[in-house]
Amino acid sequence: MAEAVPTDSPEHAKHSPHLAHHFDTPLQQFDSGKLGMWLFLATEILLFGGLFCVYAIWRANHPEIFIAGHHHLDKTLGAINTVVLILSSFTMATGVYCAQRSIQKWLIICLALTLLGGLGFMSIKFVEYRHKWHEGLLPGTSYTYDPKVLAKENLHENVGAPAEPETHAEPPAASTAPAPATAAAPPPEQPAAAADEERSKIALAPAGPAGLRMEPAEDSESGDETVKNVHIFFAIYFCLTGLHGLHVLAGMAIITWLLLRAIRGDFSHEYFTPVDLGGLYWHLVDLIWIFLFPLLYLIG
Amino acid sequence: MSTVDASDASGGVQAAAATDTSNYLTASRGIASWMFTRDHKRIGIMYLVGILTAFFLAGIFALLVRTELLTAGRTIMDADTYNKFFTFHGVIMVFLVIIPGVPAALGNFVLPIMLGAKDVAFPRINLLSFYLWCGGAIFLLCSLVMGGLDTGWTFYAPYSTISKEPIYGVIPALLAVFVVGFSSIFTGLNFVVTIHKLRRPEMGWFDMPLFVFGIYATGIIQILATPVIGITGLLLIIERVAKIGIFTASMGGDPVLFQHFFWFYSHPAVYIMILPAMGVMSEIISVFSHKHIFGYKFIAFSSLAIALLGFLVWGHHLFVAGQSGLVSMIFSALTFAVAIPSAIKVFNWLATMYKGSITLETPMIYALSFIWIFGIGGLTGLFLGTLAVDVPLHDTYFVVAHFHYVMAGTIFVFIGGLFYWWPKMTGKMYKELWGRLGALIFFVGYNMTFFTQFIIGLKGMPRRYYDYEKLIDVIPGIAGLHMFSSIGSYVMAVGLLMTGFCLLQSLFRGRKAPDNPWGGASLEWRTTSPPPLENFNEEPHVGDPYDFSDLEWDKEIGGYVSTGIRKPATGH
Repeated sequence: MAEAVPTDSPEHAKHSPHLAHHFDTPLQQFDSGKLGMWLFLATEILLFGGLFCVYAIWRANHPEIFIAGHHHLDKTLGAINTVVLILSSFTMATGVYCAQRSIQKWLIICLALTLLGGLGFMSIKFVEYRHKWHEGLLPGTSYTYDPKVLAKENLHENVGAPAEPETHAEPPAASTAPAPATAAAPPPEQPAAAADEERSKIALAPAGPAGLRMEPAEDSESGDETVKNVHIFFAIYFCLTGLHGLHVLAGMAIITWLLLRAIRGDFSHEYFTPVDLGGLYWHLVDLIWIFLFPLLYLIG
Repeated sequence: MSTVDASDASGGVQAAAATDTSNYLTASRGIASWMFTRDHKRIGIMYLVGILTAFFLAGIFALLVRTELLTAGRTIMDADTYNKFFTFHGVIMVFLVIIPGVPAALGNFVLPIMLGAKDVAFPRINLLSFYLWCGGAIFLLCSLVMGGLDTGWTFYAPYSTISKEPIYGVIPALLAVFVVGFSSIFTGLNFVVTIHKLRRPEMGWFDMPLFVFGIYATGIIQILATPVIGITGLLLIIERVAKIGIFTASMGGDPVLFQHFFWFYSHPAVYIMILPAMGVMSEIISVFSHKHIFGYKFIAFSSLAIALLGFLVWGHHLFVAGQSGLVSMIFSALTFAVAIPSAIKVFNWLATMYKGSITLETPMIYALSFIWIFGIGGLTGLFLGTLAVDVPLHDTYFVVAHFHYVMAGTIFVFIGGLFYWWPKMTGKMYKELWGRLGALIFFVGYNMTFFTQFIIGLKGMPRRYYDYEKLIDVIPGIAGLHMFSSIGSYVMAVGLLMTGFCLLQSLFRGRKAPDNPWGGASLEWRTTSPPPLENFNEEPHVGDPYDFSDLEWDKEIGGYVSTGIRKPATGH
């Protein structure tokens, strides 16, 4: 796209209102912006890299935590979100193409569609988060997941009583114990039967690479509930998707700003640097999700 | 005025002086003109003021810590306060002073001028990074007010994640590290792009002063390592608030994982601290030897080699943390490898001085001090990189002395560079006698303080101990050594205060600086002192930055002027 690149002639530079005082040519300015953005993306990758590293180490050492944990994630919603983000990347790329060719109308449409994609992604993410919150699938000491309590709540829900936060008042006190016996819980044998249907959804931790496993998963009679420290999976899940979500929000803020400027008619084949750089950022956010989705949802 | 320009040199000084009305300091007035400036020179000056303030504060903490150790038993404070004071000394010195010191303050000022550019590539981001630094400083002050921080500057879990009493200062301190980290990233990113894209077209990579190479290598580390400390700090905050159990053993976490994360940044950060200082060294040594730098390309590439190798050695902080023997051996070997590029630099500086016409102005005294101090700091690093030797020396005063010798080497060069570019920054000459005297007293006090600590460490005293009363019978002479070390710190303080007064005095009473007081050949000496708003009144002539053959001493203006005959730039 040689024709889309800003001009290199200093004479032309004098006419460009977008050229900052310390650059000689628009090309120099464009190249600087682009290199700066790529370097910034490198820092973003390393920021996420830390979390991916946490993921890799924990998964290598304790695969059963991940296998037990990932069954609680909704693959369908994750897949829909993946498609939504990829589509929004496509509209973003089309937007950049339109900006480079001064196709005003389609630039605005593409940016609006991209923004909509981001909004859709965050909405679906919100639904997923609310579900986790409801089930107590939270990091650390907030992890109060207990199939028995949930089964009871589901009964209530079927009757019609909405699950209010008050119903969670008890579980937090039960702390991280693998199978907290609440005051209302029947004797030990019975819940095993009662929770049968819940457990049937959750496969037993398969025998992973034995040499890597530090804690034996089969130290007790029942399956997934004996996997210790499942809360760490959710710690990693919420850190990764939370940080990614913040980046999506930042990206949406940038696209909104681009959209407003596009409506004002700021961009043309002579000046499209912000659209180009914003697009790069959006693609990175998309790319990170493409790694997150299989690593969190599609394991086991 | 640009007396160094060929036409001016023959034209006469008076004519040029007439245009000497506007410079970056006088171009606009008022506090707002500083607060919202995008001029890299003003941002550099603001950084300098901030960093020197933080340096003063951290120095006070250091003096308090050394005063506590002056005598055995309680001297002036209790153990908890002592823990907080050495932590604040470390955190402020590392994150607010030494890491940003040379690049953000000196580099901001001179780097674009050295390249012949009007500004850095992203002036607004440059200003943002200064305010991020300020934000970090404010967070640290919050931490101090909210009950302090007693984890040591390394924030090791579980000290930082759970503690017997809630210490609320941990969270603001970690936020400070996060925010200052972004300041550092933006500075590095800005400089790397500036070096790539804003050099004068005729200036090739090997026509750049070596300081620029030092900053370039630093920028790469800042970009690639700092995000990792950012995410580590965030994880620690989440761990402390939500108890997620990544790093804390009692919650199912892994404290050694934290150490890996921390040192993955913090070891390269050592090179963030030392590489720009090494760049300043190459400038000062060559200019004050009045001789072309020896082994230009070796020095340039050794900077890049250090940046690369610096990423691969973090494991040498974990030799006794339960790391596997094989991994330790690999990290040990890589640690030795870093010594090679470091030594290349030192030997090239020595070779530059060989048969040079050395003059001992204040910056040169700091540079020579650095060779001594970095020599000791670097060589003791080899002791500690040796597996068998590290085991008994780990976490003793030997380590404390080692890293002070390396890191304070940066402080020496930072002050040396400050003296070197002071005339350019302020347009004023300082009093050479006081500068030299301050440097010598600082040097003597420094060695009194920290060389003693090598001996204390070899005798087996662990670091961070509040008291050594019970060690007096076990380690003969330890009380005397500690007292000597503390007295050394007071001597150091005297030297530094003298240095500070020398610089402040020059601001008010200093003689007007010539454009080129030392005979430097790089572009910052070929513009006025202080430089005009856009750095050059006339297009600069790029040439070999270490070719001094065109410079002649002019008695009348007390500086060097160019005779106009220069070797042209190579262009590659």
